[in-house]
Amino acid sequence: MREAQHADDAMISLTVNGRSHRVEAAPETPLLYVLRDDLGLDGAKFGCGLGQCGACTVVVDGRAVLSCLTPVAVLEGRAVTTVEGLGSPEAPGPLQAAFIAENAAQCGYCIAGMVMRAHALLSANPHPDEAEIRAAMALNLCRCGTHMRILAAIRRAAARRIAGAAP
Amino acid sequence: MRLRRTGFGLGIAAGLAACGILACGTLAFAILAWRPALAPGGPAEAALSPERIRAGAHLAALGACASCHTAPGGLPYAGGRPIATPYGTLYGTNITPDPETGLGRWSLAAFARALREGVDREGRHLYPAFPYTHYAGLTDADVAALYAFVMSREPVHQVSPPNALPAWLSWRPVLAGWKLLFFRPRPFAPDPGRDAAWNRGAYLAEALGHCGACHSPRNALSAEVTARAYAGGEADGWWAPPLDGASPAPLPWSEDDLVRYLSDWDPRHGGAAGPMRPVVEAHRAVPADEIRALARYVAGLYGPEPRGARRGPVDREPAGDGPALARGRAIYAGACATCHESGGGAAGGVPYTTASLGHRTTLAAPDPRNLILVLRDGIAPREHAPGPIMPAFGAVLTADQTSDLAAYLRARFSAEGPWPDLPGTVRTLMPAAPAPGARAEARP
Repeated sequence: MREAQHADDAMISLTVNGRSHRVEAAPETPLLYVLRDDLGLDGAKFGCGLGQCGACTVVVDGRAVLSCLTPVAVLEGRAVTTVEGLGSPEAPGPLQAAFIAENAAQCGYCIAGMVMRAHALLSANPHPDEAEIRAAMALNLCRCGTHMRILAAIRRAAARRIAGAAP
Repeated sequence: MRLRRTGFGLGIAAGLAACGILACGTLAFAILAWRPALAPGGPAEAALSPERIRAGAHLAALGACASCHTAPGGLPYAGGRPIATPYGTLYGTNITPDPETGLGRWSLAAFARALREGVDREGRHLYPAFPYTHYAGLTDADVAALYAFVMSREPVHQVSPPNALPAWLSWRPVLAGWKLLFFRPRPFAPDPGRDAAWNRGAYLAEALGHCGACHSPRNALSAEVTARAYAGGEADGWWAPPLDGASPAPLPWSEDDLVRYLSDWDPRHGGAAGPMRPVVEAHRAVPADEIRALARYVAGLYGPEPRGARRGPVDREPAGDGPALARGRAIYAGACATCHESGGGAAGGVPYTTASLGHRTTLAAPDPRNLILVLRDGIAPREHAPGPIMPAFGAVLTADQTSDLAAYLRARFSAEGPWPDLPGTVRTLMPAAPAPGARAEARP
């Protein structure tokens, strides 16, 4: 029965990092698979596949979302932002630059998810206090234990905003 | 003329009588409503023995005192937690022994009067959100142990926000009228025909645990309808399931199931969420025989064949292929099935999942709110301890998508019919849900 549903692929319109795409996928396909397999955006990572680790975090309409548990069909017409949308290795965005400056990655597997959850936080609340940063980041796990540097990177990015770079 | 004069005289007499009755009534009410302040006092050193404090800690956990008297993220028992009522918002009070903002000046007598009669040390009547209707049954020894526990906490200087209530309810003597109508204090009376564990459980459930405060219906004046005890109620915007024959639980609750559920998590029924979760977490500090006693009593409330168990668990692909059902099915397959079709935590699947969502009372409930709230907010991980984690879907699913998913779950995993006005309930609970993706069609 469920195999028959998988055969029902549909054309789905997606906007990722400002670009429109039309992908052919079963409606229940996780966004993460579409990003990595169809659109070649491999920043978001497959960690646990159960919504428990946060490595797959992307931003949808300004809010952090676990792409491994987001069926692509619910995103028709909505704006998806991935880590690739914040900057490139040559020209990192301010938040990415703060992560680099604080050396906030060890193996790096969790970092795209960390950056995207921090991006959603700073978009909604440009000047979070320590408790707000920790509460927002609590759902993203880092097995290497770089949490303290990740927190420092987020504080650095927020301070940069206070210093007047961004509106 | 004579008739007129008589009528006039009668009128005056009736008026005087009415004034008299009113005056007597007012006086009687004032006598009833007025309660004296009790002299300031604190615990004697001897009252705070380690044994008594330990006993009080267990009792405070069974009474779930912290769930109302601790604010989210706040210091234990320092108050400030908002409590939504049909009339407005109350704030849990600071029950740490701080002299200015807590119970630091309360004698044992004042503490006992507050618990059993709903009157604070200064003589003010307390709102029945504080369950003195139940605590009236507490024994002297337990009141003293609770007092020892509370008085041995770290004092916290913290003022709770003022209650947000209409003016007429802020006038405390009104509560004396409420008590006259609804408050029937009586000590707990054991049933000699039952075993000791059952009687202990009855005491814990009826007096200390105040289970009925959430699991019984309340009338228009927020008093528990004692004639329909455990027929189901409300807690903080959540549906509190019936614990009697009306229980829609698809699997009956045995004593052993309840022991597991009340102390941690039950593989047959799942675990607690919402306002019941802090209750279960508090039970982790409670001796096992107390939980066993509570479970024995509660298991007996359901009767021989509760409603949901007559139908049993359901898991069958719903008939029909309307577009809403197809949307709900796709969301389920992409967002839920990975964990909830893993075979269940007890059989090596994702921890803290049941073998099938058809086992969950939530999906068989007459009220969809608990499902919507869990979908919206997920289940947050517990600090420094293992426990279930469910991601929140409120940031990604629109209200319409949440409705489609909830309708599909109901059709597939319950023997009950569709929830009436599901989309309306979802929109009420998800006012900040993402807007549906209508812009796609407009884009070139």
